[in-house]
Order: sequence, then C-alpha cells, then structure tokens
Amino acid sequence: MDLNIIWFVLVGVLLTGYAVLDGFDLGVGALHMFAKKDEHRRLFLNSIGPVWDGNEVWLVTGGGALFAAFPEAYATFLSGFYLPFMMLLCALIFRAVAIEFRSKEPWLWWRTMWDLAFTVGSVGSSFLIGLMMGNLVLGVPIGPDGEYAGTLTGMFNGYAIFMGCTTVILFAMHGAIYLAMKNDGEVQELVISWIPRLTGLFITFYVIVNVITLVNVPHMLDVVRERPVILVVLLLGFLIVMNIPREIHKGRRFNAFISSCLAMVLLMATFGISYFPYMIYSSPLPEHSFTIYNAASSQKTLGIMLIIALTGVPVVLAYTACIYWIFRGKTRITAHSY
Amino acid sequence: MDAEILARVQFAFTIAFHYIYPPLSIGLGLALVIMEGLWLKTGRIIYHNMARFWTRVFALTFAIGVATGIVMEFEFGTNWSTYSRFVGDIFGSALAAEGIFAFFLESGFLAVLLFGWNKVGPKMHFFATCMVCLGAHFSALWIVVANSWMQTPAGYHLERMVDGEPVRLPIDHAVTPDDLGSVRAVVDDFWEMVFNPSSMDRITHVILGAWLAGAFLILSISAFYLLRRRHREFAVASLKVGLVFATVATLLQMVSGDFTAKGVSKNQPVKFAALEGLYETTEYAPLAAFGWVDAKNQKVYGLEIPGALSFLTHGNFKTAVTGLNDLPPDNFLLKYHPEAKVEELPQIRKSYWPNVPAVFQFYHIMIAVGGALLLIVAVGCFLWWRGRLFNVDYKSTRIFLWVLVFSVLGPQIGNQAGWFAAEMGRQPWIVYNLLKTSQAFSKVVSESHIIASLIMFAFVYFLLFLVFVYLLSRKIQHGPDDEEESEELPDSWKKILKEDPARA
Repeated sequence: MDLNIIWFVLVGVLLTGYAVLDGFDLGVGALHMFAKKDEHRRLFLNSIGPVWDGNEVWLVTGGGALFAAFPEAYATFLSGFYLPFMMLLCALIFRAVAIEFRSKEPWLWWRTMWDLAFTVGSVGSSFLIGLMMGNLVLGVPIGPDGEYAGTLTGMFNGYAIFMGCTTVILFAMHGAIYLAMKNDGEVQELVISWIPRLTGLFITFYVIVNVITLVNVPHMLDVVRERPVILVVLLLGFLIVMNIPREIHKGRRFNAFISSCLAMVLLMATFGISYFPYMIYSSPLPEHSFTIYNAASSQKTLGIMLIIALTGVPVVLAYTACIYWIFRGKTRITAHSY
Repeated sequence: MDAEILARVQFAFTIAFHYIYPPLSIGLGLALVIMEGLWLKTGRIIYHNMARFWTRVFALTFAIGVATGIVMEFEFGTNWSTYSRFVGDIFGSALAAEGIFAFFLESGFLAVLLFGWNKVGPKMHFFATCMVCLGAHFSALWIVVANSWMQTPAGYHLERMVDGEPVRLPIDHAVTPDDLGSVRAVVDDFWEMVFNPSSMDRITHVILGAWLAGAFLILSISAFYLLRRRHREFAVASLKVGLVFATVATLLQMVSGDFTAKGVSKNQPVKFAALEGLYETTEYAPLAAFGWVDAKNQKVYGLEIPGALSFLTHGNFKTAVTGLNDLPPDNFLLKYHPEAKVEELPQIRKSYWPNVPAVFQFYHIMIAVGGALLLIVAVGCFLWWRGRLFNVDYKSTRIFLWVLVFSVLGPQIGNQAGWFAAEMGRQPWIVYNLLKTSQAFSKVVSESHIIASLIMFAFVYFLLFLVFVYLLSRKIQHGPDDEEESEELPDSWKKILKEDPARA
C-alpha cells in the first residue's frame, strides 16, 4: 500500500468522522423546529451542547488534511465550488452561534430568531454537503489547466440537489436517533414517533439515488461492474438502516444509534470504494481528473503527515471517548445549559 | 476593483474580524488556569467564583472564534487556489497539524470546562481547563508557524512537474507567471520549515499579544465593577490577578518586540525599511516615535530620535541601516527582470516595495499602543504599592480605573495593527521573495462572486458583533454569582473549600 492510498483512506476517515459526529448535530438542527415547546427545544440543544463543537473540528481537520495531502484537489474544488462553499461557511456560522445565543434571553422573538437560524443553518449545511458530494459523483468539469471549467452555478443540478435532500434526511434520521438515546420522558416519546417515518423516507430517497446513479452516471455503472464488492457494502448499509426501527421498537436506543453510525460509515465506504482512485472525477473529459497521484503532495510530506496523524489521532480518539463518557446519561437542563 | 484586491480585502476582513476573538480566548484561557489553580491551592471560594464568571465570558468569545475560524480553513482554497497549489505541500501540513494537535484538544475539553462543573471533580476540571488553554496556545503556534513560513520560507525546494515526474529546480529559481501550475514548493526538512528564521520570534510576539488581550479584558471589567461599587471582593481579586498578568505580559512583550524587529531587519530588510519609512541608507539612522510618510518626496515628518534605529538594529548608533532605495538589491531585481537596463532599476525597484505610508502607520500605532500599555501597568502597580488602587474615594484612582475600563481596546488595536503591518509589509509577496500575491489568487473566481460573498460576510459579521457586544455587556451587568453559591457545590468540590482567612 502506498502513501497516497493511505491518505485517501485517512481523509476519508476524517470526513466520515465528521459525517457520523456532526451529522447528528446537523440532524438535531433540522428537527429543532418540529419540537414545539421551548423546554423540548432546549433539551434538543443541550443534547448536543457539550459535543457539537468538537464534532465540527472533524471537518476543519478533514479540510486541513485535504489541503496538506491533496492540495490540487483542495484548490480546484474550493475555488470551483466557491458559491456553495461560501454558503456552507455562512450556514455553519449561523448554526454555531445560534446554539450559543439562543437561550441567553427569554424573549419569544429572540428565541424564534435563533431557532430559525439554527434550523436553516443546519439544514443548509447538510444540503450543501450532499450537493457537493452529488457533484463529485456526477463528475466536475475540469479544464486542461486543472482549474474548474464549469459555470458558477452549474453545481446546482437536479441530481446534486436530490443528493442534498437525501443528506438532509439522513442527518435528520441520525439526529433523531441520537436524541432518542440522550433523552427520556416526553422528548424521547416525541422523537421516537418520528424515527420510523424518517427511516422510511431515507430508504426511499437512498434507493432512488442509487437507481439514478446507476442509470444516469455511466462511469459509476462501469465501476460497479468492475468492483462487485460495492454491492455488498451497499447491501450491508441497507440492512443496517433496516435494523434501526427494529432496535428502537425493542427499546434498545443505544444499539439503534450504533446502527445509525455504522450505516453512515458504510455509506461513506460505498462512496469511497466507488470513487477510488479519483479525488475529483472530471466530466465530460475524464483525462483531466485529479487522482490520488496527480493531486497529491510530495511523498515526503505524505510521510511526515502520516507520522503526525499516527501520533495525534489515537490521542484525540482517546480523550474524545473520555469526554463522551463524562457526558453520558440523559440530558438535563442545569444552570450551565444553553 | 480587480480580483486580486478584492480577494485581499475579503481575506483581510474575515481574518481581522476573526482575530478579535482567539487572542481573548488564549489570554483568558491562561487566566482561567491561574484562577482555578489559585482556587485549588488556597481553597478560597472567591477564586472559584472568579473562574466561573470568567469562564462564561470565555465561552462567548470562544463561540464566535470557532464560528468565524472555520471560514479561514477554507478561504485559502476558495480565494487563493494558485497559492494553495504552490505551497500546499508545506502550508497544508501546518494547518492539518493545527487541527489534530490544537483544535481537537481545545474544543474537546471545552465541554468539560463549560458543562463539567457538576460532572467531574475539581482536579479533573482543572486538568480540562489546562488542556483548553494548551490547545488555544497550540493553535496560535501552528498558524503562526504557517504564516512565518510565508514571511521567511525555509526547509523547502522548488520542483517542476515534467511529464508527471518532479524535477528539482535550482535554489535561486525566480518563479515566473508561466511557472504557475507546474512549479511548486516541496518540503525538504519539516523541522527547518517549522523553525524557520522568524517563527519563534513571531509565535512569542503573537502569544504575548493574546495574553495582553485577555489580561486587559479582565482589568477593564474589574475596574468597572470597582467604579460602580459592585462585587467589590470579586473585582479586587480579579484586578490583582489581571494586573500581575498584564504587567508580566507587557514587560515580556517589550523584549519580544525588540527580538521580532531585529529579526525583521535581518530576514526581511525591505519590510523593515518600510516599517520605519527609511528610504535612504543612513548612518546614525533615526527612529520615528510617530509621524507620517511623504511617499512622493521620500521623507518622514514627525518626532525622530537620532541614531536610535541604528542602535536598536545593530547595537551601536553609527552603523548604517539599509534604506528602500537600495532594496531589494540590483542582483535580485535582475533575476526577475533579466532584460532590464541599469537605469530602469530604480523604477522597477519601487514595485517591490509595500505601501510604505500604510505599513509605517500600522507599525507605529502598534508601538504606541505598547508604550501606552506599559505606562498603564506601571501606574497600576504604583497605585497598588501605595495602597490606593482599590480605594475609589481618591479621584486619581477613579480616573485611572476609567482608563483601565477603556484599556481593553489597547491590545485589540495593537494586535490588529501589528498584523496589518506584518502582512502588508510582506507585499507584493504572498510568500516572501518567492511567490507574488498577484499570482496567487483563484483564477476561476469572478469579481462579482467575491463582492457578493464579501457583502454577505460584512452583513453576518456586523450582526455577530452587535450580538457579541450586547451579550458581553449583559454578562457584565449580571456579574459574578453571589458568594452563597458555595452552598451548592458538589461534595467533591466542597472538600477544597477552606474558611477564608480574610473573612474569618
């Protein structure tokens, strides 16, 4: 295995970590407005209160790792997707400050304003992340100079928009399951009543996405023919998602959450295995694509970065686990809460 | 306006706004460690209440710092994609290291710091506070390493991609516009890159600036309580901690400032000459305390101390300091303009200077702020020594406390001005003597899109700033919790509590 492959996997791990962890934060945001009582909304917020900030760091570090390991892909993708990226940053800002500001004042207009900011920020972030992934699958127009060659709004196409909606539903499902695990009483009953619908909705959307991909994106069909293992991972993903309502029904909310996390991992794995070895697949001219080789930093940097990752990441995982352990148990509103 | 200027304006605006908050988090973070340490050591409830109150202020600054900081991680790619391709091999590593070593540490343990008061014991909480503080310092360290590499690149070589194979370029290769896309900087020695000639000076300088920001925020709010005759015990204790912290940071900053300036004179002579507005190479070079630059006639008007610049640069009053008219030297210019005639060089040379009047002013504003802060802590220590600092019956004390209330702006202005001097002083280079800013921005991003996003950020940040000021003033109005709160301490925390000798 060469360093480029290792870094493809590592960037994937960081972004998967982001999807699994911040995914439920964004999902809680998407569901936030569906809770009508102020107390419920506070419980929603405080369920993610201590951890959302650390979860967002996975995106920042994923971005840094992409920059360091595959600068060409980082540069082309971010400058080409300027508009959706600026919107994503704006959405993430609103999401973040809304959590901090919302419960600082009791006034209805104040809370409604930040509730709205929290929901729009969360839904917007989820949607844009899905939209960008959709475009990566579809293929991005790249010129011979390695720069983005599409139009500035070309990324808002039907396929990508549908992928964005699927991501919003996926995160909402994940968030609902997290809330079910972290709460009891009324809030738990409320979110549990949503889970079957969300799971059903997600499965519907996901089936449609996969069908459209295989029908409409010819290079993906070729890849699937070449690598049948993708179908196995895909199927496993479906089974795990199906397992969620079962675990919820049996009252095993922790198992349901673990299933949901595993489902996210398998979805990302499906994407990773199908996309390899591309960083950005160029369409209509595949010869301009960025792969893990022509987009990469020098072998020396990849090696140094691997040492940094191998020293840093295990420590990060260890204390992150400790922090989740400290905040285990059901969410309660205290004097320090949001 | 062209895309280069717009990209610069947008980056400057977003980073300057962001940079209001991290210094406060770094400075307050260390102050929290000191306060909680004092609480553990002395068992006096006042220190516990202090830690609680300043944690709430910390949380507010931290939240906005995180929200605006995520923009920075991606703006290199969105606005400066050519730069990102050129330096990703080096610059990207520092950013990724920042994520892994600093941000995770900071935001992970922040949860325990903010929400863990009733979940963990006092020692574990103290540990979490230390980790947050350490994480905040690490983040400054790595980002300044990355920025210092842009000021004084080291530990790298240039390589050109020829048919997919890298070819090493000679060490004095001048990057031309045609090179972009095929030439990039590649790391030779990671540690040489990290410890590039300016990184240690600048890390120290930036961190001390952040300490000042935190210390003067504490001084300001405490002085306000004293003047309003509220939370007296809390205000006195906070003022003491704040003043000691501020005094230490100010004194160290003087030393660090001297080291940093000497470093600039050695590593970036063009920038150094521009900071001082020195056009002609002169013996007994004067140092302007303040003034203005007449760029057309190449003169500085203002209060000049003869020979002081020579002394601070070289340690004696006589040795000449090189001026802008000899910088950059001819052989450097000929490298970039091989066809240029000798008589054309003076004109070409000017395009390698930064905006001298602006850089001069930002630099001198920073120095003036430093001097003012030194004066403030000196007066503060004097009043404390005379036993007058906490006695608001004296008019002189009241005046001084009002100065303290507004002194919170000092480090903020100093930090911003210092960064503007450092970054504008590096122009026209984005990586000093290696890559020009005009070559580095994203080719595919149109002006209208930068304007649109700039307007969006201006609007969002304006809103954020209003809310921040409002919530901060609310927290100040609310003040620290009453001392009776100690009744509600969990048992594991009560063990620490000792009878306060001051009140017993």
